[in-house]
Amino acid sequence: MPIQVLMPALSPTMEKGNLAKWLKKEGETIKSGDVIAEIETDKATMEVEATDEGTLGKILIPEGTADVAVNTPIATILADGESAADLAKAPAPAAQKAAESAPPAAAKAEAPAPKAAPAPQAVAEPDPEVPAGTEMVTQTIREALRDAMAEEMRRDADVFVMGEEVAEYQGAYKVTQGLLQEFGAKRVIDTPITEHGFAGVGVGAAMTGLKPIVEFMTFNFAMQAIDQIINSAAKTLYMSGGQMGCSIVFRGPNGAAARVAAQHSQDYSAWYSNVPGLKVVAPFSAADYKGLLKAAIRDPNPVIFLENEVLYGHTGEVPKLDDFVIPIGKARIVRSGSHVSIISWSNGMTYALKAADELAKEGIEAEVIDLRTLRPMDTETIINSVKKTGRAVTVEEGWAQSGVGAEIAARIMENAFDYLDAPVARVSGKDVPMPYAANLEKLALPSAAEVVEAAKAVCYR
Amino acid sequence: MAAPKKAAASTPQDKTDGGSPPEFTKEQELKALRDMLLIRRFEEKAGQLYGMGAIGGFCHLYIGQEAVVVGMQMALKQGDQVITGYRDHGHMLATGMDANGVMAELTGRRGGYSKGKGGSMHMFSKEKHFYGGHGIVGAQVSLGTGLAFANHYRGNDNVSVTYFGDGAANQGQVYESFNMAELWKLPVIFVIENNRYAMGTSVSRASAQQDFSKRGASFNIPGKQVDGMDVRAVKAAGDEAAAWCRAGKGPFILEMQTYRYRGHSMSDPAKYRTREEVEKVRHDQDPIEQVRNRLLAAKVSEADLKAIDAEVRDIVNASADFAQHDPEPDAAELWTDVYR
Repeated sequence: MPIQVLMPALSPTMEKGNLAKWLKKEGETIKSGDVIAEIETDKATMEVEATDEGTLGKILIPEGTADVAVNTPIATILADGESAADLAKAPAPAAQKAAESAPPAAAKAEAPAPKAAPAPQAVAEPDPEVPAGTEMVTQTIREALRDAMAEEMRRDADVFVMGEEVAEYQGAYKVTQGLLQEFGAKRVIDTPITEHGFAGVGVGAAMTGLKPIVEFMTFNFAMQAIDQIINSAAKTLYMSGGQMGCSIVFRGPNGAAARVAAQHSQDYSAWYSNVPGLKVVAPFSAADYKGLLKAAIRDPNPVIFLENEVLYGHTGEVPKLDDFVIPIGKARIVRSGSHVSIISWSNGMTYALKAADELAKEGIEAEVIDLRTLRPMDTETIINSVKKTGRAVTVEEGWAQSGVGAEIAARIMENAFDYLDAPVARVSGKDVPMPYAANLEKLALPSAAEVVEAAKAVCYR
Repeated sequence: MAAPKKAAASTPQDKTDGGSPPEFTKEQELKALRDMLLIRRFEEKAGQLYGMGAIGGFCHLYIGQEAVVVGMQMALKQGDQVITGYRDHGHMLATGMDANGVMAELTGRRGGYSKGKGGSMHMFSKEKHFYGGHGIVGAQVSLGTGLAFANHYRGNDNVSVTYFGDGAANQGQVYESFNMAELWKLPVIFVIENNRYAMGTSVSRASAQQDFSKRGASFNIPGKQVDGMDVRAVKAAGDEAAAWCRAGKGPFILEMQTYRYRGHSMSDPAKYRTREEVEKVRHDQDPIEQVRNRLLAAKVSEADLKAIDAEVRDIVNASADFAQHDPEPDAAELWTDVYR
């Protein structure tokens, strides 16, 4: 029976890709290991190798097709003795079934489909930072980050980017794409894989007045560098009596991606937001990613800029303004409501907004707050909301103990105890290292259903 | 050179190539004497104040190692940066930082370099290009490499002098920094102050490669062992290393073979070495006595040397006085300098 070649998943978070080019024609002989096609993801162009031998029977997806979902059959390979006539016998293109019945012919095609895309950002409230009538451009968060860095590098020659694969590779997650070409190797610097060392080099350079952007391939690797981040970057201004500080941004993806297991899935929101001397930013929308990264680069203090790999490919409306900077330390009410306040940030907003939609169907109007900055925390916005709703639910992907949700709950208790009609509820990542298995991983992370349940509980419904 | 060398295995040894280092001019000798004396008297006073309870916490004295910072400083030029670990008072004084400000920081007073918020291990001076004062062993090596990175980025010809001890030389980030420094040809002189004990652990008990000048070998960083008790040898090695760095050739390692007379910190009973060992180094190789003897041999009068002593004592006594009478920081200072 002809073998189906499926659209491969080329990264843990890939959901779709473009079929850029066929390198083999129908009827051509294929050996195992031959590159048969090129696929573009939002991060990179990858080659698809055949894992089966035979003849390329039929190309099902022509080259140039955009947004081909992972696991879609893209071609068939005929084994010896089979002819085009056998193609009719090929199984129906039900992606998952095909994957089970026929051995996948493409590299990594056995990787299961990643998690479903989070709900689109339901922005009900106008953004106070953007003047009415501003033209908006649709951008991925990845592009918004790149533009923020490029704009600041054009503006200030003291700003440079360093990290693993940021230059020639164009970024492990393609966030620094094009920066090397525009700014050259002096300002876009590939480092060896030495987080501890290059974080220290960045801090040292910052102490002289330069403004480094230090990219960690993920914040999981920044644990190697956390001494320099905290002991050197965060404390020096204080220890020097205000004489010497450092303007530096540590940025990179934080928290769970998809199916990368415990050592690559930790959320460090609580860790860094514990430390005086650091500012900690963790945005959700594309516009906030851009405006807040620009603010972080200009900030004279060390800023931890927590990104989320799952969100990199998501698009949003970014204001087309010459200099769009969002102040650090301001939360944003993304959706107004009067029954319960749901407070989150970064990818936690995905669950919060989805839950708010669900709750609305049941007559519960949730007010959803995107904290955007974790330190300094915008306590005022939280408290004003809770005074209105009398109920609060926090949502975070990190662990509950000593977590950011615990901090929010404490602040609400300290500042709005008499306004509360129910104890604050926390929805968080489960108290376990991140498991690998797809079902367990899903269980370990928060879900919209848990947020709905918590919101109903605090509303006594 | 008068001091006998190649003594006991546990004392500093002169492995500088080519015998005696170049002679100093009389002015250089006098300056070296004065600067080393200032450090020694200052440290003796700090030890005294610590004993009186005027200085708290950790206090690591530099006595015995004075020739290293004084000789290196003589090889530097305006704008060159200095960074070190926690045994840092000598480095600060050598860069020209004010004794009052250093001593007042030791006593935790508002006139201290860090307004009393840093203490013995954490002082900085932008004006003197002194970048601390770091309490985490080895951290200053990556930071100092970053200072050199900044020089390289800005295209100036300044060098970063990054001091660390034989103990820190075993930290992982030191080698991460060596790699980047050579890879990017950064102008940094790594000065390894081998005082033979990492707290209470002798070099032989902690280091597989005890020749620290070879520690950069796998990165192709040149290195040299230097008699760190002879200020002339230090200066000559510093000149060579600085010229290498300024020529764009990358980093250079100097192993300074030196010795600390006092304990690791004030609370160290120093059971890990004998009294005789310390006495022998003091007697045979003391960096200050070496210079004093040469000056006397060159017919500089006792009176002239005494005048230097007196000047130094005045500075140190004044600093002790200032540091004990300057008020503690205002309570409001608790909340300042967290962010700017």
